[in-house]
Amino acid sequence: MRALFAMLTMLVAVLFAMSLLTGPAGFGLFDGLRALVLGGEGPMPIVMREIRLPRALLGLAVGAGLGLTGAAMQGYLRNPLAEPGLIGVSCMAALGAVLAIQTGLSLGSALALPFSALIGAAMGAALLVALAGPRGGSVTLILAGIAISALANAGTALVLNLSPNPYAANEIVFWLMGSLADRSMLHVGLALPPMALGAMLIQGTCRDLDALTLGESAAAAMGVSPATLRWRLVVGVALIVGPATAVAGVIGFVGLVVPHILRPWVGARPSALVPASALGGAALVLAADIAVRLILPGRDLKLGVLTAIVGAPLFLHLIWKTRSGGRM
Amino acid sequence: MLLELRNLSVTRRGRPVLDKLDLSVAKGELVGLIGPNGAGKSTLMEAALGLIPFEGMSSLAAMTPNDRARQAAYLPQSREIAWPVSVEDLIALGRIPWPGGGRGTGDRQAIEAAIARMGLEPFRHRTALRLSGGEQARALIARALAQETPLLIADEPVAGLDPAQQLACLRLFRELAGEGHGLLVSIHDLGLAARFCSRLVLLAEGRVLADGNPDEVLRDKAIHRAFGITIRRIDTPDGPAILSV
Repeated sequence: MRALFAMLTMLVAVLFAMSLLTGPAGFGLFDGLRALVLGGEGPMPIVMREIRLPRALLGLAVGAGLGLTGAAMQGYLRNPLAEPGLIGVSCMAALGAVLAIQTGLSLGSALALPFSALIGAAMGAALLVALAGPRGGSVTLILAGIAISALANAGTALVLNLSPNPYAANEIVFWLMGSLADRSMLHVGLALPPMALGAMLIQGTCRDLDALTLGESAAAAMGVSPATLRWRLVVGVALIVGPATAVAGVIGFVGLVVPHILRPWVGARPSALVPASALGGAALVLAADIAVRLILPGRDLKLGVLTAIVGAPLFLHLIWKTRSGGRM
Repeated sequence: MLLELRNLSVTRRGRPVLDKLDLSVAKGELVGLIGPNGAGKSTLMEAALGLIPFEGMSSLAAMTPNDRARQAAYLPQSREIAWPVSVEDLIALGRIPWPGGGRGTGDRQAIEAAIARMGLEPFRHRTALRLSGGEQARALIARALAQETPLLIADEPVAGLDPAQQLACLRLFRELAGEGHGLLVSIHDLGLAARFCSRLVLLAEGRVLADGNPDEVLRDKAIHRAFGITIRRIDTPDGPAILSV
């Protein structure tokens, strides 16, 4: 197990460095890193510090957040098909962003779009808590999440439908595909603090998620408070998925497939799977974000498109395994 | 007393499921909870543990969740194992209420003792979900043993087990009672209940119809009132056999 964590950490470190060194301005390994750390004259420090560093940091944080919340949601619902988008917060964040683009707010300031997305995410989380109630079970939570997602998607579709100019519609469609291109340290400053708080909240639920392996009533008899666990989980996931969607758009499949891939390697215990999936998610998003820059350097291949292209076959494999009777 | 229930009532959708019920379990007792389906046996256990809302008093539910988890281990009727964890990791879950949480020295001793006691040594690294139903039941009992509680509450622990495993399970429970544990066990097989339990509580329609040693409880009138059947008791050298007719 320790070897796995060491390997994943190394993989993330290598991919983080590679992400810093990938881009149209081809810098050498040492030159690039020196410019990043020591600064200096010319465009190199600016490119490294203001373009590539935020991109790599966001790739790391968004990937880790999606992997971590995916593992936590699967552990809580005791279902390998659960994913962080299930509670509807990401769709609400997307709706917030879409409204910012549509109304032209996003043109005024670089942070207007992510800020509007955060408001959407917060409204989604509040709506979820109101719908699922303090005593509702996990099924109520899923149903409320599905309802909120449907509502948010309908809102997004309505905005696209009524969009008066094709450019705004175009921009909305491209934003929804998810990307880490052209993000600044302002985005990092906006997203990272709530995401770190959410990660701490979720890490604190690991013991309870382990106990849930034995079912809800056995876990409750072992001292797990279902209401407290649900509250911490919903707030934790919202604090991660909301900002992640706000700065990167919709990036699917990471929270679904990373825990699925790592589960056999950590012995399936949620308390081990949650941190492992954070590392795995970071590695996957960093790798995908490097790949979008290398595969079609001239065209703007979107990160969310690539994760879906890679993730969907893995998802099919998961369904295949479930169908042929093997438990995950 | 390890467990004391006084005036315990549970109402669901306006209908009383348990009605002002008194029950206690002392050290060294193996208390069998018998009664027809829907009599309220599982509800009684859940209310006693404070898992569902109730009126009245339960000594367990009055404790903090963590203290309660160190006082009573609970084996629910559904033998759920959500993830393909190893048998050893499954048993280690019993240590969650304790300070080490499964990784301390005391935890290791408790886990090893539970593995040895349930004869799970050959299975310890196997995936719990791949075991047979009987082996899974044993692993889950070992999980409860690793919790090292004075009281064990088990909801139909022998349901779905073959006769040999039913006997092994109830022999273990009697051994535990002999060591000073208290056990509250719901059971449908009246013959096994009569042979193994030190006390029986007959529950019907949310009330205690009879409470005492098996000979006192398994009487025609009370059984007929609870189940609508009559029973024939045949005494054998190995204990009584109960025939329902």
